[in-house]
Amino acid sequence: MSLLNPVLSAHWDEADSFTIAGYQRHDGYKALAKALKATPDEVIAQIKESGLRGRGGAGFPTGNKWSFIPQGDNKAHYLVVNADESEPGTCKDMPLLMANPHSLIEGIIIGSYAIRANHSFIYLRGEVVHVFRRVQKAIDDAYAAGFLGKNILGSGFDLELTLHAGAGAYICGEETALLDSLEGFRGQPRLRPPFPAIAGLYAMPTVVNNVESIASVPSIIQNGVEWFQAMGTEKSKGYTLYSLSGHVTNPGQFEAPLGITLRQILELAGGVRAGHELKFWTPGGSSTPMFTAEHLDVPLDYEGVSSAGSMLGTKALQIFDETTCVVRAVLRWVEFYKHESCGKCTPCREGTWWLVQIMKDLEAGKGSEADLEKLLDLCDNIAGRSFCALADGAVAPIISSLKYFRAEYILHQTNGGCPFDPVASTLFETAGA
Amino acid sequence: MSFTTEELAVMDTIIARYPKSRSAIMPLLHYVQSIDGYVTPRGIETIAEKLNLATAEVTAVSTFYTQYKSEPVGEYHVGICTNTLCAVMGGDAIYESVCDRLGIKKDQTTPDGKISLERIECNAACDYAPVVMVNWEFYDNQTPASVNELIDGVRAGNPPAPTRGPKELRTWKQNSAVLAGLSDGLAEEGVQAGAASLLGLNIAKAQGSK
Repeated sequence: MSLLNPVLSAHWDEADSFTIAGYQRHDGYKALAKALKATPDEVIAQIKESGLRGRGGAGFPTGNKWSFIPQGDNKAHYLVVNADESEPGTCKDMPLLMANPHSLIEGIIIGSYAIRANHSFIYLRGEVVHVFRRVQKAIDDAYAAGFLGKNILGSGFDLELTLHAGAGAYICGEETALLDSLEGFRGQPRLRPPFPAIAGLYAMPTVVNNVESIASVPSIIQNGVEWFQAMGTEKSKGYTLYSLSGHVTNPGQFEAPLGITLRQILELAGGVRAGHELKFWTPGGSSTPMFTAEHLDVPLDYEGVSSAGSMLGTKALQIFDETTCVVRAVLRWVEFYKHESCGKCTPCREGTWWLVQIMKDLEAGKGSEADLEKLLDLCDNIAGRSFCALADGAVAPIISSLKYFRAEYILHQTNGGCPFDPVASTLFETAGA
Repeated sequence: MSFTTEELAVMDTIIARYPKSRSAIMPLLHYVQSIDGYVTPRGIETIAEKLNLATAEVTAVSTFYTQYKSEPVGEYHVGICTNTLCAVMGGDAIYESVCDRLGIKKDQTTPDGKISLERIECNAACDYAPVVMVNWEFYDNQTPASVNELIDGVRAGNPPAPTRGPKELRTWKQNSAVLAGLSDGLAEEGVQAGAASLLGLNIAKAQGSK
């Protein structure tokens, strides 16, 4: 029995997996017909009962989110899919949309029916033109087949679906910034409450869900709640996509029940690249505190990762071997957060700027031990003091790397610079490395 | 010079997609780039007029997002991922090598207007690191040598095809039109998935889970 369990990726090896014919060959859109025969509340109840939790990072139960939408309020409701995948290390939604966009479209129609939305949106990051083509074509074909538009499958339910390209702003992956961006403003997070369920897109009740969360919905409707609950762990039900990247023999996507460990995935992937050993890794993107080899057996589910001091996040497993300078890696991430800070909240806007200055000095060997304390003090004053979690993400790699690799920061000072050879960590290291 | 009647009509179809017109600002900016190559003053003015906004409001939006360019970029816009993972695995070396090859640095364009260069953030293809994007098409698993070939191909008028994308690399303007929601009919070209995307599936099949 394999540790893996491909569901969303089960047919990605078929050349036409992204077409409506390819999707329907494997029972595509049958879940939709089933859902439309139930009442919207029954669909919400099923998703709630399944235990499906958000796959975009926060892990909030999807069915609960849907149930927060007020009903009978005579207002327009919206389902907005967050396809702004930009968290460093995260690379699951783009291959999913490239190979199987109809699973998302079908999930959107079911979700929109459940929350009584008649217009839904996919907010796709703009830097992936071919993914845009695939999703737009899938939408067009779904309209032509009568799965979108008026009176879907004779149910009386109407749904319009609009694909919207972002334009290069990490912050728009934050749900309220995404809504501002979709409304045609600079993408800056909103203060909550009110939450999107009460006042979201155009101040109307809105659900914002990650691509993978919504794409998982048809499988639950089609195969049943028990099928889904049989996978995963007690509080983290179902299957999910783990993305393995970095210094490994074979990087790639692994779809498995929640709770698999990095050790198990690494074994399947042929381990860390030959002749090297694991130094540090992220469980769910750069915003999740880093782990080391001592965490190889942490169950990769929401509770397992969080009780080990990090977050499951987007399940972006970025692997770095012993050739990698952790100070360089962290500096680059912090530069990213500084670049992507939207500028709305002072602690983030000014704080990330100062973090970069100190980290640069430390990497160049011009820092002191007092700077490490100053760095931690800054982190303490930045985290939790802004509208959104971007700044929390910025301090996560700093705090966690200082926890595990403080000596390496000091080594930069005593060495008068970085002791690592950057060539050794590349994939095309030369003979002299 | 104003946009043609035909172009103005396309803008109206873009606006019609949304319950509120202001939401069309982003696809309209992509559309302006598909005609002018960057966000031109006339583009700002026309969008403002169409959406009943002040030009300052449109400018405020266009300057927030890095894909909207305030100056012309190359016909082929090259983005080298230098976020941590790609950088460590070779992105930094690729960036240096490309700068040498082209004689330009980030946010610059070659004098002939052919190629511009950008250091980009994570582009959601980490299992294909190091990643290079040209006009926002994927070039996976790159090395300094392969990117040199890519650039030489662009200069010679026959760039290699994207790894996961259409059969032929399209121009910056052509791809900007796609992002505005104007189909170029190429969705079915190219692979459905790259090798890394299929890794787990292939292992599961070999182990007989399905």
